Amino acid sequence: MRHDFLDRYSRLDSPIHRLPTTVKLFGTLCVVASSVSVSFAHFWFFIIVAGLLLILSALTSIPWKFIFGRLILLEPFALGIAVMALFQENGAMVFLSILVKSSLCLFTVILLSNTTPFSKLLQTMKRLGVPRLLVTILALLYRYLFVLIDEAERLNRARASRTFSSNRRKKWHMLASLIGQLFVRSTERAERIYAAMTARGWK
Amino acid sequence: MGIATLCLLRYISNAVTFRSSHLTKVTGQSFAPSGGFTDGSNQAITRNSMHIPDGFLDVKTAVATGLFSATGLGAALRHAGRHLQSRKIPLIGLTAAFIFVAQMLNFPVASGTSGHLLGSTFAAVLLGPSAAIIVMSSVLIVQSFIFADGGILALGANIFNMAIVAPLVGYGTYKALRLLLQGSQGQLVAVGFASWLSTVVAAVFCAGELAWSGTAAWKAAFPAMAGVHMLTGLGEAAITMLVIAAIGRTRPELMNDIDDSTASSRDSATFVYGALIVIGLFLLVAPHASPLPDGLEKVAASLGFEQKAVSDPAISSPLKGYQIPGIQSASTATIAAGAVGAIAVFALSFLFARVLIPRRKKDAHSPTPPIQS
Repeated sequence: MRHDFLDRYSRLDSPIHRLPTTVKLFGTLCVVASSVSVSFAHFWFFIIVAGLLLILSALTSIPWKFIFGRLILLEPFALGIAVMALFQENGAMVFLSILVKSSLCLFTVILLSNTTPFSKLLQTMKRLGVPRLLVTILALLYRYLFVLIDEAERLNRARASRTFSSNRRKKWHMLASLIGQLFVRSTERAERIYAAMTARGWK
Repeated sequence: MGIATLCLLRYISNAVTFRSSHLTKVTGQSFAPSGGFTDGSNQAITRNSMHIPDGFLDVKTAVATGLFSATGLGAALRHAGRHLQSRKIPLIGLTAAFIFVAQMLNFPVASGTSGHLLGSTFAAVLLGPSAAIIVMSSVLIVQSFIFADGGILALGANIFNMAIVAPLVGYGTYKALRLLLQGSQGQLVAVGFASWLSTVVAAVFCAGELAWSGTAAWKAAFPAMAGVHMLTGLGEAAITMLVIAAIGRTRPELMNDIDDSTASSRDSATFVYGALIVIGLFLLVAPHASPLPDGLEKVAASLGFEQKAVSDPAISSPLKGYQIPGIQSASTATIAAGAVGAIAVFALSFLFARVLIPRRKKDAHSPTPPIQS
């Protein structure tokens, strides 16, 4: 499995990684909520937050290249929506404020997701009273995401090795039947998983 | 001004709806085994067109939509807990993982852009509304916590648009159309139109949230979001129809189960869902929907006008005459284009369904003929 790109650095060892998940989760929520609600006029606040985040990420020993690469990749989409803000009174100021706020929030979430394994996050959610069914389904989603990506790759490889010429219309058909096949296989896998789960005493 | 706006809109349509072209070029082909799937940088790009990042919604909107989503998801979970057999739970988890992966597979559109399945209607039609709400919410939660794709504070709004409004609208439309349209062709038509409508309605709610937060003026956000998603919705409809037809070819019994398995969902959850949609409409869309007075700014007018210029080269759309002469307001024009578009999409779905399933003699042995090809 080569799919650890999702949260590649979440299993490193650093002071931030060792912090309790609850602290990190609430920290993230606090930073995000305050950056969204504090008026852009208090510019110093955002400089302090940015400084804080930089210090934290220095402590995590996650490569800077990765963090900023992520930020730059995710930013264009924020930009895409932010452009709509320009079409109103005082648009440029709103645009700038959105840009700063959304970058800081992105930065925070990138830090959270790369210092906390998803399973820990799920445990915390369960403890905080998130319904058990939802936690179960999130766990299943995360667990089988990688398996299904592998499966899709296999299907696609088989398709590619049997395709000699292609145009856009055919490509749509083939991709659609690939997705259909993937769904069929997912339902079959779900049956097997249920059998395995009951065999191990689930419910 | 005109060219600048055009460039901006081109950028919006690329950034908001499709992957930008150079990334597709990097990947080489859609879904290349060595590039598109394993490269982390590309993963982050593969995203729904409506994910609102943090920083775009103010606290009031985030809290309100968060409450809506919590109510809707809570009702769905309660409904599932009460009515769902426990052997269906792994199926919901696997469908969520499947939707996640399906969203990564890119369909080439034109000039280097590509679109992908969103899956709200797909999930709603196959699993029923409650399960679809759980599936789509789980996908969005994982996307926002792991990819930073869609904000954490904006998660409520994103879940409301894409995991509650979209599946419910898709499911309702599908069910309503199924009363009129029989057979497997009719099923495909219903699926196609429901997918298109759910995409557009979700986009309108998204515009409403942005406007309520004061992030973007309704005059700009509504034509941009609705206009762009009338086109994205075409892709969604086509992909959903193709996938449903493909499943029908390989596993017809899955398709025949649909109408039985989702029939028995009438209880308190239905009431909660209906109430949520109505309250959402009342709060997010209705305040802006009153016809604009004269105060239409030139910007909005040019925005509405240039929407056409953006859409034309990308996809051959049924909305060629997007700016109908004589209608001044971009919002009014968008609504008019939406109405015309809806009819056109319905007709297109019919044609497409006919292409996918040629009429044949009915099989005497099966009362509800499976989808054949």
